Amino acid sequence: MSDWITLAVAFSYLAILFLIAAWGDRRAETGRSVINSPLVYTLSIAVYCTAWTFYGSVGRATDSGPSFLLIYLGPTLAMLLGWVMIRKMVRIARAQRITSIADFISARYGKSGQLAALVTLIAVAAIMPYIALQLKAITISHAVLTEYPYSGSEVSDKSFWMDKSFWVALVLGVFTILFGTRHLDASERHEGMVAAIAFESVIKLVAFLTLGLFVVFWLYNGPVDLFSQAAEHPGLIKSMGLDAVPGGAVGWVGTLVLATLAFITLPRQFQVLVVENVDEGHLKRASWMFPLYLVAINLFVIPVAFAGVLLGGAAQEPDSFVLTLPLSAGLETLPLVVFIGGLAAATGMVIVETIALSTMISNHLVMPVLLRWKWLHLDPSRNLSGWLLGIRRIAILLILLLGYLYHALIGESYSLVTIGLVSFAAAAQFAPALLLGLYWRGATGRGATLGLIGGFLVWAHTLLIPGFAQSGWLSMSLIETGPWGIEWLKPYALFGLEGWDIYTHAIFWSLLVNVGLLAGISLFSRQNSLEQTQAALFTEGLRPDVMQTPLWLGQTTRGELYQLLNRYLGQASTHRVFKKFGDTQNPTSNNEQIAPPDLISQAEQALTGALGSASARVLINSVVRGEALDLEAVLSILDTTSQTLEYNKRLEQKSAELVRIGEELRSANERLRELDRLKDEFVAMVSHELRTPLTSIRAFAEILRDSPTVEPEKQAHFLGVIVKESERLSRLIEEILDLARLESGRMRLNPERLDFKQLTQDSADAITQLYQERQVSLEVDLPETQAWVVADPDRLQQVVINLLDNARKFADSNDPQVKLKLQTWKKHWRLSVEDNGPGIAEEEREKVFEKFHQIQQQHGQGHDKSRPKGSGLGLPISRGIIAHLGGRLWVEGPEELKGARLIIELPKAPEEESSEAPESSQN
Amino acid sequence: MKKPVNQARLIGLTLLAGLLFTPPLLLLFDRPSPSGLSWLPIYVFTVWLTVIGLAAWLLEGSKDE
Repeated sequence: MSDWITLAVAFSYLAILFLIAAWGDRRAETGRSVINSPLVYTLSIAVYCTAWTFYGSVGRATDSGPSFLLIYLGPTLAMLLGWVMIRKMVRIARAQRITSIADFISARYGKSGQLAALVTLIAVAAIMPYIALQLKAITISHAVLTEYPYSGSEVSDKSFWMDKSFWVALVLGVFTILFGTRHLDASERHEGMVAAIAFESVIKLVAFLTLGLFVVFWLYNGPVDLFSQAAEHPGLIKSMGLDAVPGGAVGWVGTLVLATLAFITLPRQFQVLVVENVDEGHLKRASWMFPLYLVAINLFVIPVAFAGVLLGGAAQEPDSFVLTLPLSAGLETLPLVVFIGGLAAATGMVIVETIALSTMISNHLVMPVLLRWKWLHLDPSRNLSGWLLGIRRIAILLILLLGYLYHALIGESYSLVTIGLVSFAAAAQFAPALLLGLYWRGATGRGATLGLIGGFLVWAHTLLIPGFAQSGWLSMSLIETGPWGIEWLKPYALFGLEGWDIYTHAIFWSLLVNVGLLAGISLFSRQNSLEQTQAALFTEGLRPDVMQTPLWLGQTTRGELYQLLNRYLGQASTHRVFKKFGDTQNPTSNNEQIAPPDLISQAEQALTGALGSASARVLINSVVRGEALDLEAVLSILDTTSQTLEYNKRLEQKSAELVRIGEELRSANERLRELDRLKDEFVAMVSHELRTPLTSIRAFAEILRDSPTVEPEKQAHFLGVIVKESERLSRLIEEILDLARLESGRMRLNPERLDFKQLTQDSADAITQLYQERQVSLEVDLPETQAWVVADPDRLQQVVINLLDNARKFADSNDPQVKLKLQTWKKHWRLSVEDNGPGIAEEEREKVFEKFHQIQQQHGQGHDKSRPKGSGLGLPISRGIIAHLGGRLWVEGPEELKGARLIIELPKAPEEESSEAPESSQN
Repeated sequence: MKKPVNQARLIGLTLLAGLLFTPPLLLLFDRPSPSGLSWLPIYVFTVWLTVIGLAAWLLEGSKDE
C-alpha cells in the first residue's frame, strides 16, 4: 500500500482528534461539558487498552495462551471496587485539588516534596518502556502495512532521522503539547483531551471488532469452523489451557495481582479515573460498563490468534497478526482501518501518559528547584504562569524522546507484552503507599518513602537490569550466575526462588519488600503534625464533612495572597478565587485586610491544582505568618464530628423507636376502649335480654296470683307464655355460661369419631320445622361417602344448627333460600351454609365473630325494625367450639346465593385401624 | 424506593470474582472439550459476563448518594 495514502489517513485521523479536543475544550469553557456522562467517562478509562492490547493481546494469546485475559481480569476486579475505593480517591482528590498520583501520595504523607519527587522519578522510569512500546507499535504496524511482507530489521543501521519512530515521537510530542498544555487550569482538568480519548476508545474497539468479524465470518465459516480447524492443528490443541501460561497456576495469580494493582496506579489511569472525573456518580456505571468494554475488545483475540497460526508463514510475527491476516487476504481498506485502530490505541495512551507525567515532572521535580532558586534571583512581581506551561511542554518532548531512545536502544529485543508487564510491575510499586495510606491512618511518610525505594530497587534488579542483559547491553552471566557470581542474587531466581515466571517472581519480591518496609517502618516511626492531619483527612475521605474544614489559622493580607496567586496562576484564575470572598469588581480594593482562613485554604488549593501540594504549601507558607495549621483543632473537629454523628444516629434510632412504640400503645389503647365499650353494651344487652322475659313472666304470674277467676283457657295460655319465656331465659343463660367457659378455657368437650355427613343431615332434619314455618327452602348437598371427623357431636350439632338458624333468620324475606353443602377440601371437610339475604360486607366479616356484634350493628343502623334476631353470642360461641375441635369457622364471599356464606372446616379423622394397617406396613 | 449502594455486597461480589478467576476453582475447568481445546477461555468469559451482570444489577438498582 502506498506510503502517502497511509500517512494522509493517519494525519487526517490526528486532525479529527484535534478538532474533537478543541470542541470539547470550547464546550467546557461555555459550561456545557461534553464529558459529563458516565459513558464518556467509561470510554476515557478505556485508555487502558493501548497498542499493547491492540497488537499485543493476539501475540500473547499465541505465545502464552489465555494469560492475556489476566491483563483485563485484574482491572475488572479493581473496577468492581470502584464505588468503594476509587470514589474515595476521587473525593479526596477533588477536595485537595490533587492532579497526579505523585501529588496524591505526597499529599497523603504530609505533602512531602521528596516523596512526590520520588514517585515522579519512579513513574518516569516505569513508563518510559511503555511509551517506547507505543512508538514501536506505530512504527512496526506502519511498516507492515506499507511493506507487506515486512522483513523486520530496518531500524538498527540507520541514523535517527531516517528512523520513523523518531518522527512518530516528534509528531506525537507536538500533538500532545497542542492538546494538553493549551492553558493552565487550576483544577488541571483536560476536558478536550478526555473527549478525544473517549473517541479513540470507540475507534479502537470498532476496528478490532471489525477485524474479528472479518476473521471469523470471512476467512472462516463462523466460530465453529475456525475452532474445529484449530483443534486439528497440533500446535494449538494445548494452547488455551493453563499449561500454556508462563508459571502455570502461580504465574496466573501473580499476573492477575499485577494487573489489578497497575490498573489503579498507572499514572494515566489515575489521571482519567480520578483527576479527570467530573462527577463521582459516573463511577457507578463505569464500574460495570468498563469491564464490559474489556470483554468486547477481547472477544476476538483467541479467534484471531488461531487464524494467524493456521495461516502459517504469511502471518509473520504474532504481534502483527491483526494486520497480516487482512493483508494476506489481499484486502486494502480493512488493514488501513486496523492500522487506524492501533494508532488510536497508541496515541490515546501516549497523550494521557505524557500529560500526566509532564504535570508530575513540572510540579514535583522542576518547580521545587526553581522556587528555591527564584526567590533569590527573579523579580517577584513577574507572572510565572507562562513558565509553568513552558516547563510542561519541554517535559512532554523530553518524555517522548526518552521513550524513543529506549525504543531505539533496547526495544528491539522485547515483544510488546514483555515491555508492558515490566512497566506494570514498576507502577504496582505505588499500590502499597496509595492503598494502605487510604485505609491505615498509621502509615507514615518515612515508611512510604523507604517502601517505594525498596520496591523500586527490587523491581530494577529482577526485571529492568536483566532486561538490559537480554538485549545485549550487559553480559548474560548476570542472569545465569548472578551478579559478581553470587548465586542467590540471580535476578530471575532471587534467594533460590525458582520455577516461577519472571513477573510473578519480581512482583512477589518487590511487593514483599515494599509492604514490609512501609508497614514495619510506619510502626516504628512518628508522623509530624501535618502528616497526621492529612492521614486523618485521607482515611476519613468518604465522610462528607471532613474536607470542608479550613486548616489555616495563620495570618496574611489579601494583597499578599493576591500577588502570590497572580504570579503563578495568572489574572483570570486569581480573580476566580477572590471573587468568592468579597468585591467582585475590584478584588484588590481591600488589600490591607486580613485574609480569612477560608480564602487561604482556597488559595492553597488553587496553587495545588497548578503546582502540586508540596510546592503550594511552600508558597503559602512564604506569605502566611504564624501558626499555619492547628493539628489539635483539626483532630478535635474530626473527633467531635464523628461523635456528634454517632450521637445523632443513636438519637434518630431512639426517636424512631419511640414513634413506633407510641403507635403501638395508641392502637392498643383504642382496642381496649373498644373492648370496654363492647363490654358495657354487653352488660346492657344482657340485662335487657334478661329483663324482657323476666318482665313478662312476672306480669303473667302476678295476673294469675291476683285474679283467681281467670278462665281456664286463659290460664293455660298465660302459663304457656311463662314456660316459653323461662325456656328463653335459660337458653340465654346457657349461652352466657358457654361463652364464659369458652373464654376461660373450661369448656369440656367429648370428642369422638363421627360422621359429619350424618350429623349435618340430622341437624337439617332437626331444624326443618322452623324452616317450614317461615317457608324457607333448604337445599342440602352432601357427599356420597361418609365424612369422618373427630368432634363432640352435641357441640358440633349446636354449631350447625346455630348457623342454619342464623341463615334462616337472615335469608331474603320474599323468597328465602338456604343452601347447605358438605365437601372435602384437601385434608379437611368443609361445611358451608349460604343464604340469599343481604350478605356481610367484607370489612364486617371478622367483626361478626365478636361478641354482641349485633348490638353494635343495630345501634349503627339507628332504626330498629324489630327485635334483635339473636343474642349476638351464637357466632362467637360457635367459633370458639370449632376452634376447640381443631377447625376453623369464617365468613366468605357468596358463591351461589349472593348472601352470607359461613364455612366450618374440620380436619378429616385418621383412617380406621383396619384400613390404616396395610398402609403403615408399606411405610 | 431505591437504596444507597450496598458496599458489602460489592465487596462480596469482588471476592467471589477473585475466587472464580483463580486456581483452584479455575483448574476445575482447565479440561479438554470434545474437540480437544481447553474449556478454560469459555469458562473465563462466562464468569466474566456473569460478574459484570451482577455488578450492573447491584449498582443500577441503587440511588446516588
